[in-house]
Amino acid sequence: MAQLFHRGANNIAKASMALVIVLGGVVYFAYSQIARSSYLTNRYLERPQPVQFSHKHHVGDDGIDCRYCHTSVETAASAGIPPTQTCMNCHNQLWAETPYLEPVRASYRDNKPILWERVHDLPGFVYFNHSIHVAKGVGCSTCHGAVDTMPAVYQENTLQMEWCTSCHKNPEAFIRPKSEIYNMSWKDSNLTAEERANLKKEYKIRSREMLTSCSICHR
Amino acid sequence: MQDLKEIQRKIYPPMVEGDHNYGSVTDKISDITLKKRTPFGWFIGFGIAFLVAQSLLFTAIYLVTTGVGIWGNNQPVDWAFPIINFVWWIGIGHAGTLISAILLLMNQKWRTSINRFAEAMTLFAVACAGMFPVLHTGRPWLAYWLLPYPNTMGMWPQFRSPLMWDVFAVSTYATVSLLFWYVGLIPDLATLRDRAKNKYFKVVYGLLSWGWRGSARHWHRYEIAYLLLAGLSTPLVLSVHSIVSLDFSVAQLPGWHATIFPPYFVAGAIFAGFAMVLILTIPLRVWYNMKDLITDTHLVYMGKVMLATGMIVVYGYAMEAFFAWYSGAQYEVFMMYNRMWDGPYWWSYWLLILCNGISIQFLWFKRFRESAFWLFIISVVVSVGMWLERFVIIVTSLQRDFLPSSWGMYAPTMFDWSMYIGTIGFFFALIFLFVRMLPVISIFEVRALLPDAEVDHHVKDQKAVEGAVEG
Repeated sequence: MAQLFHRGANNIAKASMALVIVLGGVVYFAYSQIARSSYLTNRYLERPQPVQFSHKHHVGDDGIDCRYCHTSVETAASAGIPPTQTCMNCHNQLWAETPYLEPVRASYRDNKPILWERVHDLPGFVYFNHSIHVAKGVGCSTCHGAVDTMPAVYQENTLQMEWCTSCHKNPEAFIRPKSEIYNMSWKDSNLTAEERANLKKEYKIRSREMLTSCSICHR
Repeated sequence: MQDLKEIQRKIYPPMVEGDHNYGSVTDKISDITLKKRTPFGWFIGFGIAFLVAQSLLFTAIYLVTTGVGIWGNNQPVDWAFPIINFVWWIGIGHAGTLISAILLLMNQKWRTSINRFAEAMTLFAVACAGMFPVLHTGRPWLAYWLLPYPNTMGMWPQFRSPLMWDVFAVSTYATVSLLFWYVGLIPDLATLRDRAKNKYFKVVYGLLSWGWRGSARHWHRYEIAYLLLAGLSTPLVLSVHSIVSLDFSVAQLPGWHATIFPPYFVAGAIFAGFAMVLILTIPLRVWYNMKDLITDTHLVYMGKVMLATGMIVVYGYAMEAFFAWYSGAQYEVFMMYNRMWDGPYWWSYWLLILCNGISIQFLWFKRFRESAFWLFIISVVVSVGMWLERFVIIVTSLQRDFLPSSWGMYAPTMFDWSMYIGTIGFFFALIFLFVRMLPVISIFEVRALLPDAEVDHHVKDQKAVEGAVEG
């Protein structure tokens, strides 16, 4: 009987086994990279806004406190987007004539809010609350990055669940004194591990089991 | 001398009847696939099964585009047809694994001519079973969430949930069954490769047989691999349905929360599986004229296994009722009373007892056990009974739970039925394809059963042996 396959076919069969392992590794690596890529998470994406408001200028250069605009950050789930009136507190005097700020003045004149493009957008099934995070010593820059250096605010982190849980599993690695919450240049290494552990006790931060239970975020 | 042979024949009935040698067995089985024209009946059977399977396709499409609300399950009976059918199909698969693994390890020769399609039946039944939980998620394209894979949520599935154990149990079962079936097929695929006339079939069977040449080394490795897989499958016979039963018994619901569930479910699975093997075997051996390979002895043995496992199941029913009474717990007592007498589904309980308890009592009698017709009828009745068993356990327990305020009724919708019946069509369509395309009986293992295979036996038909060696 004639050979059905060339004798090299055996090598192909053996090589195919190795190929499955290699291919599996490649697919896994590609998947793990693509799933976390900024292409899918919109991390670092600078979005066009109706007025190119610069946090770098207002926070970094002028030293305005976060709470001047984001008034409800300590008391409510949402930190709050300021109304045009807040802008006009200064800008009816400063740069009051510049064409660059015409959309702001128009909004004020017509009593129509400026439609800002949302940068940090969590899915609807996540009940995120700013006030509890601030109350338990999580500073702005821990999640939002050094906003005082961002001409246009972008998303500093992936906002994926593994990112949330990395802190919920181990909060004492990220907390700071209440006085430093709004410090944009705070580093976690400013405190020793022991000091942070003490802070955790002082803030009465709950157990890892509690903080990672489903209904903490999904209600 | 003649008497001695008669007695020997009675104790060890021959597993191959008729005047067969190596060549004739090989011819007979491989010709179904290679030589014979496809019988007209095959087209009719496959056509009907295939048409029925379409109802599964349409239901699945409608389900995915609309939602699981098209089914009748709702509070308080959230688990209804999908899980009933899932457990029913998984149970049917068990006979295949028992036949191929446990009977192999126990050196039971009668497994040889039925193991191949019993294993195929296992695979197809698991495929049908798997569809129910996956489609019950409502978003089957996200079913991979059930698996513990590294993900961007930083989460594992809930390992404390028996539903999670199910995922592992069933996927392990499917994988090992597939490997076992396939490894067993390799020498026969090589036979088909060597005998096929058509070039394309040669290549396809050649690829599937992985270069099998039947050398001593090949056989040595094959025997080791097959034995290892049998060892791996053996615990699965017990573990898979035990874990399926934990879906229920881990919950605190009266009617589910019972320690007897794992062994009682395993016995029920083997019971249902043998019923299905009989349903498939009896017509198959008539249509393909294979009564010499699947003998009446095979049917009798399967009937006996059915009787034994069936009696264990009946014992399970008795103990369920006894435990409920003996516990003195008012919820347990009420559940049993509701299930048997007072509830709206009392008839399903007694129908179940009739199908699984009463019908198998006929198997005590030789007249029924040795009649293919009655075995077939009893097997069909048992298959219905095993479906009813899951219906009784699931629906009657859920519809009357602890709080009267949450009591309710359950009725399946048209789509519950169309999906269930669709899987039956799908199952039989696969069986028909299998019978047409692969050797339904293990050729080389049946050859080993022949008198010629006995080492000290004088080779009486030199030509036939040579024919077999050449392939």
